[in-house]
Amino acid sequence: MSHSALDSGPAAAGSTAALDPEPGQPKAATAPPVRKRRRSFLPYGLILPAAILELLIHIGPMLLGIWIAFISLTQLNLTNWLNAPFVGLQNFVNGLNPESTIGQAFFSTVGRTLGYTVLVVGFSWVLGMAGAVFLSSNFKGRAVLRTFFLVPYALPAYVGTIAWAFMFNQRDGAVNQILVDTFHLFGDERPFWLLGENSFGAMIVVNVWQLWPFAFLMLMAALQNVPTDVYEAAAIDGASLWQQFRTITLPMVRPANGVLLMVMSLWTFNQFNIPFVLFGASSPKEATLISPLIYQNSFGSWNFGLGGAMSVLLLIALFIASVFYIRMVLPKGADND
Amino acid sequence: MIETRNFRILRNVVLTILSLWVAIPLYVVVSTSLKPLKDVSGLFQWIPREITASPYLDIWTTVPLAKYFQNSLIITICATACSVTVAVLAAYAIARLQFKGKRAFSLTVLSTQMFPGILFLLPLYLIFTQIRNMTGLQLQGSYLGLIITYMTFTLPFAIWMLSGYFASIPKELEEASMIDGTGRMGALFRVILPVAKPGIIAVAVYSFISAWGEVLFASVLTNEATKTLSLGLKAYASESDVFWNQLMAASVVVSLPVLIGFILVQKHLVAGLSAGAVK
Repeated sequence: MSHSALDSGPAAAGSTAALDPEPGQPKAATAPPVRKRRRSFLPYGLILPAAILELLIHIGPMLLGIWIAFISLTQLNLTNWLNAPFVGLQNFVNGLNPESTIGQAFFSTVGRTLGYTVLVVGFSWVLGMAGAVFLSSNFKGRAVLRTFFLVPYALPAYVGTIAWAFMFNQRDGAVNQILVDTFHLFGDERPFWLLGENSFGAMIVVNVWQLWPFAFLMLMAALQNVPTDVYEAAAIDGASLWQQFRTITLPMVRPANGVLLMVMSLWTFNQFNIPFVLFGASSPKEATLISPLIYQNSFGSWNFGLGGAMSVLLLIALFIASVFYIRMVLPKGADND
Repeated sequence: MIETRNFRILRNVVLTILSLWVAIPLYVVVSTSLKPLKDVSGLFQWIPREITASPYLDIWTTVPLAKYFQNSLIITICATACSVTVAVLAAYAIARLQFKGKRAFSLTVLSTQMFPGILFLLPLYLIFTQIRNMTGLQLQGSYLGLIITYMTFTLPFAIWMLSGYFASIPKELEEASMIDGTGRMGALFRVILPVAKPGIIAVAVYSFISAWGEVLFASVLTNEATKTLSLGLKAYASESDVFWNQLMAASVVVSLPVLIGFILVQKHLVAGLSAGAVK
């Protein structure tokens, strides 16, 4: 915008920079541009397609999503939604009152989703780390195993879930075949895995199976930078394997770890595909996560306002998380470029 | 770590467990896809009593699988190609050019990556409805609606990864080319793109895999004519019966394009991910 002012020369540039409403750019004020800067549309031309898409598919819908929480939208006025009546905070009051059934369901779902996230990310990280540590040394078959471990991640998510749904079959599935028939667990009773309380655990198993290769991939990339002579020196000093892991491996992956855990947590917290394929459009109440709950409220019971109110709360929570995420991802110096 | 005997034993144990954990579901899928229907309804048989290829033939007639396949291919290929093109341009601007609003743009792109599809689903549906009412352009139930949705959803990651990748390419390479009179865009296409090929391939594969496996938007934005594979597979389960053997055979067939693509470019993917994402 103010780049045109820079054309008139260094002196004018200094003064406009001082008036610059954006505070985060002291550079221009301290170092007057020596080179003549041509006003260029090139960068804007380059980002234009991305910016339009972001506006149309991300920013616009996000703002509209906030608006939906304040109107009364039903299947009757869905196609004529511009004329839906404004109801203020009604949707929040009705739906998110902790005294009401719906409100209780919402808050317990948030808690359940948090617990789910911690468990899935925790297990995935441990498995990924185990794979990365033991595949970082060279041996025959290493390349094959590395590719093989990534297969669950590369498969379409619904294929992995369909496979597990088949295995969790109550009567005859492979899981009960192993646990009940082979190991005689559960007093030879065949538990239901996709109904009631067990469904929560079953969903975790499926999610870890699909997610752990990503942790494995990222941790392996991080471990490639660890020089082997560090381990040699530690081994000569008599450090046990566990000590080597704790004092050398763990600190080396720490920089990558923050981003990895953050990304995996977000994906898991927002999980929709697995429950949708495993249970259909409505999950058992013990295994309902936040995304499926919003889906059920919007497209199952056609209560779009309620779905909208829940979405707004989720949006706020994720927005706070995203601030931390961006701090982690963007290196500090890059801010003032 | 140092390869003591204990380390090797531990490694064998851990890797065996991990391999079984990955392999068992895959084995169940493949072995079930080769069984006749009468053998899949009873107790699960680890070793098939009878092997048949007929599920692989039947899947095409039980359900219009070829049609779904075609839909998925069109949508995924278009979305991937567009997403990579748009991302390359934007990532180049972020990595190499100075402009006002750059920080705001990068932050917006990065932060939209955080939000789940469910937050966009209903608003997007309403916007598409409004566009139809106003212009007659049909975005629900058409390829176009899903293509622009999918390409936008893979954009943030693609831009982020590619700008990291471009930034790691020495500036001198481009400058030499620009002195030769190619200009910025010439330098981008003749110098940067060939060097950044691994990163671009990684981004393309990532976009392809995400669009190929997407369920949520497909469930609302497609109709019978544009249904993608992710929803089409449900048709093997009727009210009375699930054709598990055919469902598994179809799963194998549907997975092959992404699996083959993934294995071919796997090395690039790891390199691209670690260059763009970890650092």
